[in-house]
Amino acid sequence: MAASAIAVQNIQKSYGNVHALRGIDLEVEKGTILGLLGPNGAGKTTLVRILTTLLQPSGGSAWVESFNVVKDAAYVRQLIGLAGQYAAVDENLTGRENLIMVGKLYHQTLREAAARAHELLVQFGLEDAADRRLKTYSGGMRRRLDLAASLVNKPPVLFLDEPTTGLDPGSRLALWKIIRDLVRDGTTVLLTTQYMEEADHLADRIIVIDKGKIVGSGTPAELKRMVGGDVLEIHLVDPSRTADAAIALRSLENGAIEIDAEQGILRMPVEDGTGTLPKAIRALDISHIAIVDLSLRRPTLDEAFLKLTGHRADMM
Amino acid sequence: MNKQLKRWNPWWTLTDLLTMVERNITGYRRVPQLLIFSTIQPVMFLLLFTYVFGGAIRTGGSSSYINYLLPGILAQSAVFGAIQTGVGLTVDLSRGLIDRFRSLPMARSAVLLGRTIADMLRNVFVILLMLLVGYLIGFRLEGTISDAVSAIAILLLFGFAFSWVSACIGMVVKNTETAQVAGFIWVFPLVFASAVFVPVESMPDWLQHFAKWNPVTITVNVVRALLLDSSSAQDTATYAWEALAWIAVILIVFMPLAIWLYRKSE
Repeated sequence: MAASAIAVQNIQKSYGNVHALRGIDLEVEKGTILGLLGPNGAGKTTLVRILTTLLQPSGGSAWVESFNVVKDAAYVRQLIGLAGQYAAVDENLTGRENLIMVGKLYHQTLREAAARAHELLVQFGLEDAADRRLKTYSGGMRRRLDLAASLVNKPPVLFLDEPTTGLDPGSRLALWKIIRDLVRDGTTVLLTTQYMEEADHLADRIIVIDKGKIVGSGTPAELKRMVGGDVLEIHLVDPSRTADAAIALRSLENGAIEIDAEQGILRMPVEDGTGTLPKAIRALDISHIAIVDLSLRRPTLDEAFLKLTGHRADMM
Repeated sequence: MNKQLKRWNPWWTLTDLLTMVERNITGYRRVPQLLIFSTIQPVMFLLLFTYVFGGAIRTGGSSSYINYLLPGILAQSAVFGAIQTGVGLTVDLSRGLIDRFRSLPMARSAVLLGRTIADMLRNVFVILLMLLVGYLIGFRLEGTISDAVSAIAILLLFGFAFSWVSACIGMVVKNTETAQVAGFIWVFPLVFASAVFVPVESMPDWLQHFAKWNPVTITVNVVRALLLDSSSAQDTATYAWEALAWIAVILIVFMPLAIWLYRKSE
């Protein structure tokens, strides 16, 4: 445990009969990024709220830098930074004032707080807007300031709850770079996301969580491998025949076939892509199903998620 | 990474509180609409009752109606202003600011106390402004200046107490619009079934029971007595004790309740 920045043992959280978390175990090594992947309502935010001392668990224990998040909450709060899907900043203050306020609440002297605020404003490219009120900031700028606010106390452990939800692609890329730079400098990050691409891009390890339970974990590459290698994507001429095609291909599949009946597309995980390809063509030919296009792809994390949970990540 | 962990210093309870008061006051200073809205309503009531209804109201005293009305309007502004406490908290909640504050190693009491104290300071401004507007349309102080200062102090405490009621509502409903509407639901009966606009004796018997012991009436009684020098010193003292007792009861119930709701707000 000494080596891990975050350790979670059998954490549970219930609201009456609703079980938001049903026993989560995980560890995050120092200086790495853990991606917590799951749909809305999976329990990601609940776990982050427990680890950031905002919520009491109903059972289990968790430690941040070896401090218990319930018993040593006062110390944990000095060691963590939290940035969320809402830019938690004061609209009526300027960027600089927001950061200085947070610094003062960490009990830095005014001089320290002002110096740190300036440092962060420069680092996040907000110098020019530093003395403007938040009301004039764009969504991306707010999110950057929110992240800056979470770094005021130079926390060794950073929690990012869907940090790029609702951001345009440009701002998202900028935020990704900042997060990678932080980790390079030694920060440990636990990041929740609904975006496979984001987890793939940033995380050293990914934990997939669904309905309050861990349903899979590994490196992005391992998770993709779990899908069973390649995915065969078949585009039919007649979309109404997708069900027939699925039946014809049944013996070749290695996992659930994903069917898009509207577009007439089938995505099928297969063990041995090149070997399956001619068999698939033959099977469809026998059933007189015409195809527009047929391709072999490496699996994406979306597919890993589908395989692990039985539903797509963007459902619910 | 090595970090120097800080042990809690009791002094920080105060510095955190000051940081939060400063933050809220800055908000009020920068968004003057909030101040304008919290004063425009009482001003409208003042004008409405002075010029439209006032002529038909018999207060039974020797003073003009505006002299009777203004102390009531001051109490009304204090209660209306309290609604803003809960509304402001819901805004902080919905923006995630309360989460940020709760994740910081700061005093747990500072967020709520910072808000209610800032609202009390705002009330200083509102009360002085209302006195000025009242003066312009004919209000004349009949008591001494020091009595007037006591009256303002009681009004501020009264508004502070109601801010905690409002804070509880804000922490429970969590939604800004709901907090606004809910605010008026509990405030209206208190303000209108009281001695703010008309003497309690003019109401039907059943309502008098409520109106007589309504904390708004009790507060208006002492403010009126102090500003108009209309009661004996002994009656004024009785009114003052009754008002302070109400304020104490409200604070004893709602302050711990609001703090408890804040701590357990998830």
